[in-house]
Amino acid sequence: MNVKENIKKLIIKKPLKLDCGKIINNFPLAYETYGELNKKKDNAILIFHALTGDQFVTGINPVTKKDGWWTYAVGPGKSIDTNKYFVLCANVIGGCMGSFGPGHENPETKKIYGTDFPVITINDMVNAQINLLEYFGIEKLFSVVGGSMGGMQVLQFISNYPNKSKTVVPIACTSNHSAQNIAFNELGRQAITADHNWLDGKYNSQSTVPDKGLAVARMAAHITYLSKKGLQEKFGRKLQERDDLKFGFDADFQIESYLRYQGSVFVDRFDANSYLYITRAMDYFDLVKQFNGNLSSAFKNTKAKFFVISFTSDWLYPTQENKDIVIALNAIGANVGFVEIKSDKGHDSFLLDVPDFLKALKNFLDKSYLEK
Amino acid sequence: MNMKPEFKIISDLINENSHVLDVGCGDGILMEYLIKEKKVDIRGIEISKTKVQNCIAKGLTVIEGNAEEDLKQFPDKSFEYVILSQTLQAFFNPEKVINELLRISKQAIVTIPNFGYWKIRLHLLLKGTMPVTRTLPDEWYNTPNIHLCTIKDFVFFSKSKNFKLSKSIALKSNEPSYINNKNLNIKNLSSNLGIFLIES
Repeated sequence: MNVKENIKKLIIKKPLKLDCGKIINNFPLAYETYGELNKKKDNAILIFHALTGDQFVTGINPVTKKDGWWTYAVGPGKSIDTNKYFVLCANVIGGCMGSFGPGHENPETKKIYGTDFPVITINDMVNAQINLLEYFGIEKLFSVVGGSMGGMQVLQFISNYPNKSKTVVPIACTSNHSAQNIAFNELGRQAITADHNWLDGKYNSQSTVPDKGLAVARMAAHITYLSKKGLQEKFGRKLQERDDLKFGFDADFQIESYLRYQGSVFVDRFDANSYLYITRAMDYFDLVKQFNGNLSSAFKNTKAKFFVISFTSDWLYPTQENKDIVIALNAIGANVGFVEIKSDKGHDSFLLDVPDFLKALKNFLDKSYLEK
Repeated sequence: MNMKPEFKIISDLINENSHVLDVGCGDGILMEYLIKEKKVDIRGIEISKTKVQNCIAKGLTVIEGNAEEDLKQFPDKSFEYVILSQTLQAFFNPEKVINELLRISKQAIVTIPNFGYWKIRLHLLLKGTMPVTRTLPDEWYNTPNIHLCTIKDFVFFSKSKNFKLSKSIALKSNEPSYINNKNLNIKNLSSNLGIFLIES
C-alpha cells in the first residue's frame, strides 16, 4: 500500500460546514495535477470525477496500474491538452483514493468511521475542492469540466463560485437526480448492505469485505452506463467459451461473464462504504430545489461561458435533462452552447473514444481559451 | 471570401454591439460576418448536429435545437435582433415562428428565396418540372422547403397577420432595392431574394 501513501494530499485546516450540519476540519483532500500552471495562472482546468472515478485522470493510475479514467480526453494534444492546460483533479470527499472518507479513522473513537462518517453532498464535495485554488494561487480557473456526477459538481461549483471559472462544461448530467437515478443507486446500496460481510459498515475492523454486494452494485450500475443497442451489438446472445447452453447458472452468455468481470475488478479498487456515501450524495443533488424551483437562479451571478454536452443513447442522464440546464441558462441570457452527440455507447460515451465528442470538447476549450 | 450579398444587407440593418440570435445559423458564416462587421453579441440555434459542431469549432455560441420548439426557452425581448435567413419556408407553421421571433426580439430580419423570380417561373413553364436553382437546390422529393412563397405572398401574408414590415428589400443578383406597393409586381418577378425587417 506504499503507493497510496505517495498520493498528493492537501490537508484542509479551514473548518468546512457540511450540509448535514457537521463541521469537519484538518481533513485530507487527495489530488493529482497534469501539465504546468503558466505564469499568469490562467490555464488551469479543474476536472471533477464521476461516481467511481478518482484523481488519476490520465496516464497510468499508480494504485490500480491501469489507464486513468479519462485517458481518451485528457493528455498531451488531446481534448483537454495537458501541453497547454494545467489540469487539476481531486478525489471527492467520501471517496476512497486518499480523500477524507468512511475508510478513515475517526480521531475521537480511534476507529474506522464506516457509517459513522457524516453524509456528504455534491455541495460539500465542491466546497472542499475550492481550497485547491487557494493552494495553487489560482484566482480564476480557465474551466471546470466533468461528466455524470462530475457534471453535477461543475454546476454546483459555478453556482457557489460564479466568478471562479471562465468556462463551464457539464457533460451527460442533470440538475437533479430523477426517481430512476435514485432507484438504481438504491439497488446498489441494498446489494452492499445485504452482503453479510458488510457488518453494518464495520467490515474494516474485520478481515472480510462485502465484495459480493459491491460487485452486484457495480454490475447493476454498469448496465445503466451502456445502451441496449450497444450491448446487443457487442454481446448479443453470444455464448461464453462454450458451444451450447449448459442448463445451469454458470455464465453461459458473454454478457454475464462480462458483467461478472466488471464486478470483480471493481471490488479490488473501490470501497463499499464509499459507494454508499457517494451514491447518496448524488441522490441528494437537487440544484432546482436549492434555488426554490428556479434553476436559472443558480446561475444568475455568473458571466461564465457554458457548453453543455449530452449523448443520444444516454438513458441515465438523457438529453432532455441536459437541455433543461440549457433552457435555464438561456432564460437568463447566459452564454451557453449545447450539442447532443450521436453515440451508441450510452452514458459511458463521455469516457470512451467518441470522436465527435472529443472534437467538440477540444474545439470549445481551445477557442474559448483565445477569447479575452 | 465570397460573402453573400444577402449578408451585407442584413449587416446594414443591424446596429453595432447589439444582441442577436441567428435562427438556423448553419455553419455560422453569417454569425462570423456579423461579429466582424458589427461586433455583435450573437447566439445561434441550429438543428443539424454536424453544423453545430462546425460552429463550436469556430468558437461560436450555438445550441442544437429546433426553432419550432426551442424558441420558447428565450424570455420576451431578450434580443435586439433575431435573424431567420432563408429558413422560414422549412417550418411547419411559419406564422407561429414569426410570432415567436417577435416575442423574443424587438426586430426580426426574415429573408426568403423568392419563388416568384422569373427564372423559377420560366423553369416551371418551359421544363414542366419543379424548379431547382442555386438558392433552392433540392429536388421536390427531398426538399426541406415545405412552405415556399413569393415576395408578393410574403407581403400579403404580413399584411393579413399584422406583421409590421419596416423595411422590405429585394435582391436581384447582387443589387438590392426597396420594395413598395407600386413596384411589388416587378420586384416579385425580377428578384431572387426578399429581405424583410419586421418590427414587433
